[in-house]
Amino acid sequence: MSEKEVDEHSGVETTGHEWDGIKELNNPLPRWWLIVFWVSVIWSIGYWIFMPAWPGITGYTKGIRNHSERENVAVAIEALDAARADDTRRLIAAPSMEAIENDPDLLQFAMAAGGSLFGDNCATCHGAGGQGFKGYPNLNDDVWLWGGSLEEIKDTITVGRRSEHPETTNTLMMAYGRDGLLPRDDITALVDYVRMLSGQDYDAEAASRAAPIYATQCIACHGANGRGDKTQGAPDLTDAIWLYGGDRRSIYDTIWNGRAGVMPAWEGRLSEEEIIALSVYVHALGGGE
Amino acid sequence: MLDRHEIFEKHGWLLSIGILVAVSIGGLVEIAPLFYLESTIEEVDGVRPYSPLELAGRNIYVREGCYTCHSQMVRPLRDEVERYGHYSLAAESMYDHPFQWGSKRTGPDLARLGGKYSDEWHRQHMIDPRSLVPESVMPPYKLLAERALDYRQIENDLKANRMVGVPYTDEMIENAKADLEAQVDPFSDNYDALLARYPKAQIRDFDANPREITEMDALIAYMQVLGTMVDFSTYEAEENYR
Repeated sequence: MSEKEVDEHSGVETTGHEWDGIKELNNPLPRWWLIVFWVSVIWSIGYWIFMPAWPGITGYTKGIRNHSERENVAVAIEALDAARADDTRRLIAAPSMEAIENDPDLLQFAMAAGGSLFGDNCATCHGAGGQGFKGYPNLNDDVWLWGGSLEEIKDTITVGRRSEHPETTNTLMMAYGRDGLLPRDDITALVDYVRMLSGQDYDAEAASRAAPIYATQCIACHGANGRGDKTQGAPDLTDAIWLYGGDRRSIYDTIWNGRAGVMPAWEGRLSEEEIIALSVYVHALGGGE
Repeated sequence: MLDRHEIFEKHGWLLSIGILVAVSIGGLVEIAPLFYLESTIEEVDGVRPYSPLELAGRNIYVREGCYTCHSQMVRPLRDEVERYGHYSLAAESMYDHPFQWGSKRTGPDLARLGGKYSDEWHRQHMIDPRSLVPESVMPPYKLLAERALDYRQIENDLKANRMVGVPYTDEMIENAKADLEAQVDPFSDNYDALLARYPKAQIRDFDANPREITEMDALIAYMQVLGTMVDFSTYEAEENYR
């Protein structure tokens, strides 16, 4: 490469490359680009000084800011806890959850905390408004499988129902058909009996045939009058509220295959004060007892 | 000196060597130290290799591309820790090949999903997501409940994972099929052996269909173990600040 050739039209040097008579101008890089480039280089030096940067043999340069994402989040959570400390302390210290409901300030805090916890953890199954779905109880009505008092709600949240928690309750509706406990005829008769209990149209002959079967098989949990038993989570069969449906097919399905809906245990995942706030929130949703 | 770049522009081999040197420096500085620096290798209690059923579920998770909409990475940010729980640790995905951190959250993060919802909820939600979450945009995965799990190659899955560093023992590989079958059957004779090999494994019929082992069984078993292995009561957060 000997002498630089200068393009006669633009007065700019060429690189000396040539393809089929086309030559390349050797323009300098744009000024703005060069400035950004050098500023970035200088910035990186500042970054090495302040922030964790270069690895070594046994560790890395920590930087004079001693920055740590994990420490930052711990500090942020601590600040959050501190900001809530007064209220959470009062939640825990309250003699009973009824006392929380009677203290407007504390109730407001519990409802706000409970509402956001409900959205994060409970709405997935019970619905955003606590309206429930098939198999997941509606929390707005007056009917409770396991009891609707503050303490009972708290217990349900804490240990769950049929959950992995060692203190959970494990009673369930047996699969009378699938497991061969009752013949098909008995089950279809029981469907009519249950419909009689709940005030729907039924076949009187089938229902009377089912009465002795009900008295031996169902009475222990659902009671002689079909009112259910909250200590066992056995639903009231006389009302118009159904977890799995009150039409013939659903009732038949329930008796044939059994039911054992699971409420997960939240102890460990949620803190004591979070569970209290949630209990107050759920209790206030609708027909808390 | 800045004009010397001409020498690279005119010699292909020199340019290749130059690129190699530049990229190697990046790799040596950014990647290599992660393998030997003590402070990047955290010690935690409880993380074990996936049981064969969980591994099969993980394979379905990868096959269906769940990672395109769900992340498995709770970042160390206040809002995320408040919503999902403890931020994810590197050690929690040490037996994931490849890891499922993801980079997009069309759906929620799944890193701490284990134990949060019931098996039945997962089954129903997988079959028809909008029956439970009306505003959901998740596609239904009804086929998982209908398809029998193909686990003829499960031993080879374990072996492949062992080749890339998961400490599956010969015993685990030998019993892979039996362990997979035992995890959906609480009455199996293999119950204790399975628990000895995979501590705290959850053993039950996950999809409410005791007649066969479906892909749903495997996927729910995987969902229920996510984020549950580390014992955070013994985890020293401050020693692992970085």
